[in-house]
Order: sequence, then C-alpha cells, then structure tokens
Amino acid sequence: MDQIPSLIRVFAYLSLLTVGGGMAAFPELKILTVDVHHWLTFPQLIHMYSLGQMAPGPNMMMIVSIGEWVAGPLGALAVLIAFFGPTAVLALLVGRLWARLERWPWRDSIQKGLAPVSIGLLVAGCLSMAKGALTGWTTGVIAVSVLMILLVSKINPALLILCGAVFGVIALR
Amino acid sequence: MSDVLVYPAIKEPAAVEVLSAGISVKDIFVEFLLIGSTSFGGGVVAYLRSGLVAKRQWINDKEFVELLAISQSLPGLNATNMAILVGDKLRGVAGSIAAIFAICLPGAILMYGAGIAYQAHGDRPLATAALRGVAAAAVGLVLATAVQLGKKSLSQYYDLIFVAITILGVNWLHQSVPRVLIAVGLMAIVWYRPRKPATTGTS
Repeated sequence: MDQIPSLIRVFAYLSLLTVGGGMAAFPELKILTVDVHHWLTFPQLIHMYSLGQMAPGPNMMMIVSIGEWVAGPLGALAVLIAFFGPTAVLALLVGRLWARLERWPWRDSIQKGLAPVSIGLLVAGCLSMAKGALTGWTTGVIAVSVLMILLVSKINPALLILCGAVFGVIALR
Repeated sequence: MSDVLVYPAIKEPAAVEVLSAGISVKDIFVEFLLIGSTSFGGGVVAYLRSGLVAKRQWINDKEFVELLAISQSLPGLNATNMAILVGDKLRGVAGSIAAIFAICLPGAILMYGAGIAYQAHGDRPLATAALRGVAAAAVGLVLATAVQLGKKSLSQYYDLIFVAITILGVNWLHQSVPRVLIAVGLMAIVWYRPRKPATTGTS
C-alpha cells in the first residue's frame, strides 16, 4: 500500500518518455523498477514485458502486472491511471490545438525530427532488453529467426511469440 | 511520415459533424473494446484502421493518417493516443474516455491475470524455459517493428545518423532516456527547421 505513491510517480514519469512507443521507456523502466525500487528482477521484467507483447490492445499492459505485484488491485489501478492519464490529457489538448498549429512552420519540423529519434529509442530499448533476453546461441537463433520471418512475411507476430515459447520448452529446459 | 505532410488539414467541420452525429458514446466503447480484445500480436494501428476507417467509416483515411501523425509526435502509446484523438473527434471528452478505457480494458484484465499466474508458477522450470523463448522472440519482433517503421518514416539518410546517435547515447554512453530524447530531439528538429536556408551542418 505504502508503495502506491512511488508507483504513481514512476509510471507517470515513464509515460512521458514513450515517444514512438512503449519500448522507448524500457531502459528507464528497468532502472526504476529493478535497480531503484526492487519491485522485480530483470529476468522477471523481461518475461512480463515479452508476455505483454502477446496480449491484445496497447502493448504496455504488463505494467498492470507490476502494479498488482507491488500493491494488489489498487496498485494495478494506480499504475494504469498514472501511465495513461497524463499522456491522454496531453493528446487531447494537442489534438485540439493541432489544426490551429497548421500554419506554424515548426509543426512539420517536430514531426520530421522526432521520427528518427523515436526509432532510435525503440532500437535502444530493444537492445537493453536483448542484454537480458539473449543469453546464448539458442535465444539468439530464436530472435534472429523471428526478425527474418517478420521481415519477409505477414504472419501474425503473436503466433511467432507462441512458437518462441514452444521452442523454449524444447531447447532451453 | 512524408505522406502526412503532403495533405494540409482542410477544415471541413460541417461534413465531419454530420458524419459523427449518429455515433453514440456506447458505439465508440463497443468498437474500441472489440479492437482492444482482438488486436493480438501488436500492430494495433492496423486494427484501428480496419475498424474505424474500413468497417465503421467513422473517419476517412486522410483523417486517420493525420491523427496518427499527431499520435506519433507525442509521448504516449500510439494505440491510446489514437483512442483519445478519435474519441474526441467523434464525441468530445466523453468519447475519448470511452475509447481509451475500452481499448485498454481487455489487455489490462489479461495481464492482471497473467501477473498473478506468473507469480504463482513463473519459477517452474517449464514456465521459465517457455518465457525465455518468448522473450527472445519478442526481441526479434521489436527489431522487425523498428525496421518496418524506419522504412516507412525515415525520409533522408541523415535520419540514420539521428537514429545512431540516439542508440549510442542510451546503450553505449548510458545516458538517461529523457536526456537523449531532449538532446537528439532538439538537434533533429533544428535540422528540419522551417524554410531550409541551405542545408548546413547543425548541432
């Protein structure tokens, strides 16, 4: 219970870093939840994050699991509101302002400038996760195979992640 | 990203209001709940497009792309930012709240249950092995997403330099994400500054 203020602070802060997607916040997510607050271990974080990739809807719903672990149902709710509230209000305000900003020349500059940075943050987050997730040849082969298959086919990624689970059971036990 | 910039937002409030007149907050809730519970495998944006543009015809493709561009330039997940923007466009603040709540609800319930199950059984050898496979596959998935996004939204070779500086800042120099975001973001925005008075080196 007494952890709820920390949960709110951490996840409200993390939400502001999710430019271009949730993965952008992953390095800070790891530092704050694992190293600073010790809410879970790095392998646990990686497991939950990856499981979350299979769930439908926005792909950061694993934060609910962290909230539940730390402070039960109230913790889960607090984390959800802290993580989605501030950016929702921001999106609402900017969305309404956007049309009026049409003639503002920096609008296009911001869009074009943030595109490469958000992709960089996506890759950076992925590399932070890879440090913990790719522990040897087998996991490396799984990751590279999934990458290659997704680049050449339109298969549903959730199926490939399930295949990863099956492969893990066979090869990583 | 460059497709987005071709179309300036034409003001046609009358047409939009007529279109959204018959849409209730409940309709919005139901459609977003459907998207939130069927969009397995990430890529919610594709599900949003087929649900909102193709099936319901609540917004047209051009509006969708415009709203997506706003979503991508703001902090927040694309899926939830889109829910807010589309909900607001159709039914104001009530519409946004219904949309974001509905798109998050199924995944939140699922991960709530998954968290409890993981805590109870996550340390069994079989579960650990499966999860290690899942995590490795997720790394491949995120990298594939980065490549696909890069192909779509990077317009110049210079962009790759900004991508590289961002990655090096976080993973090699171990700078915090906000610091890198602000520093490289400002550099890139200044690089793409308006009017382009000859492309000289910035920074």
